[in-house]
Amino acid sequence: MKSFTYERASSPAEAAASVLRVPGAKFIAGGTNLLDLMKLQVETPTHLVDVNGLDLDTIEPTEEGGLRIGALVRNTDLAADLRVRRGYGVLSRALLSGASGQLRNKATTAGNLLQRTRCPYFYDTAQPCNKRQPGSGCSAIGGISRQLAVVGASEACIATHPGDMAVAMRVLDANVETVNDKGDTRTIPIAEFHRLPGDTPEIETNLRPGELITAVTLPKPVSGMHVYRKVRDRASYAFALISIAGIVQRDGTGRIAVGGVAPKPWRDEAAEAELPKGAKAATERLFAGAKPTHDNAYKLKLTERALGAVLSEARA
Amino acid sequence: MYGSEDLELNRRHLMAGASACAVVTACPSASWAATESTSDSVTSKVSLTVNGTSHEIDIDTRTTLLDAVREHLHLTGAKKGCDHGQCGACTMIVDGRRINSCLTLAVMHQGDAITTIEGLGKPGNLHPMQAAFVKHDGYQCGFCTPGQICSGVAVLEEIKAGIPSHVTADLNATSAITADEIRERMSGNICRCGAYSNIVDAMTEVAGRQA
Repeated sequence: MKSFTYERASSPAEAAASVLRVPGAKFIAGGTNLLDLMKLQVETPTHLVDVNGLDLDTIEPTEEGGLRIGALVRNTDLAADLRVRRGYGVLSRALLSGASGQLRNKATTAGNLLQRTRCPYFYDTAQPCNKRQPGSGCSAIGGISRQLAVVGASEACIATHPGDMAVAMRVLDANVETVNDKGDTRTIPIAEFHRLPGDTPEIETNLRPGELITAVTLPKPVSGMHVYRKVRDRASYAFALISIAGIVQRDGTGRIAVGGVAPKPWRDEAAEAELPKGAKAATERLFAGAKPTHDNAYKLKLTERALGAVLSEARA
Repeated sequence: MYGSEDLELNRRHLMAGASACAVVTACPSASWAATESTSDSVTSKVSLTVNGTSHEIDIDTRTTLLDAVREHLHLTGAKKGCDHGQCGACTMIVDGRRINSCLTLAVMHQGDAITTIEGLGKPGNLHPMQAAFVKHDGYQCGFCTPGQICSGVAVLEEIKAGIPSHVTADLNATSAITADEIRERMSGNICRCGAYSNIVDAMTEVAGRQA
């Protein structure tokens, strides 16, 4: 691990100011992803701003009938919150399907959105990777790509967003609230939060330098069957090969977002319009323009079948 | 909440070569576990409360909670397996919650109540979970056992607190202590000897006694 200086932030704006001021500085909250990457020197921050002491760890109702989830609310607490279990089951289910009990106790709401890809070439500092070292090339293209993206990727990068929580947040139309060094706040819809790689895969979100996430808000609950179906290599504690976050009605209409297939949670309203026609029609639309590799083309069929199971469950 | 006033940073320039080795030898904080042949080391004072005892230490900011407890406080019960949060051998209970102590920095735990396997029970006065692991042969080589036991104790508390899991059928009902629930909740603790079924038996027995 490279050496770094460390400070405990005393306010969100001050934390943002510190990260903006010190070149190579980063926020640290749960640390479960950042420290993993620092040990491998994939991440080499010069300064860490510990935000754990900030008062951002509560879940409050909003005036619109939704919830405001503090950036530091741990995954365990978010999944177990009774309001989330009753009104946003897809979110509880997504969180509980991710990581291990130990990690969920530490990992935060904001940190989960910002977690880096698990592309093996991103982790291996002996290999070229445009995300880790811009301009060095992509080892995944033509390499082992079984877990990687089938849609939304580019010639520069085929990494996926690895998370589960963000997929549920996408289907719930969440909004990300932030603050900058001057104390100015803004709201970013989750659909616009993560970026597609294009030719700058190292820039993964639309956050500005030093901008700190303070909360994620959910609109009021949407009724219907809330489901998170995750397909993975092990029954527990594994990243998704593909996952489906859905809120589906008995008549087969609804909304779905898919995880494990793209650099961001993948949702397409045009594909949702096809849902009443069945999983095949909806999946075809969802994956319009997909460019799977030989190794990961299975994800298209797997998604269709998993979606088929979700739709049958909703109709039952 | 903690303030920044109790934090002191101290950048020391360490000389390369032989003298760097001497520093490493003299100061277990900069142990093999955390430090490479870097020329700069930043240290920070932190007060760690481990098993009820408070320790003031001055350590490299890079030191994980696991390394601080093992290399500085010489409590070697918690084990370093993968050092990346994948195996669970380093599991400790911090402020009542199990975490991977390898994926958190010691300086982030100022004032937290940290419990390691040494704090759960002692020879002759075992924690019920330790006694149940012995009775049911919940281990073979024993390397993962401190993490399994810390995790096991915390899992029963999590179920009691009403925290659901991936296998809980109804999110709005209380989860029962079943083998399926235990297996799912213990998936962050790997046992290469494969003592899993005996670990489930040990935890089931302790849960029954608690109920």
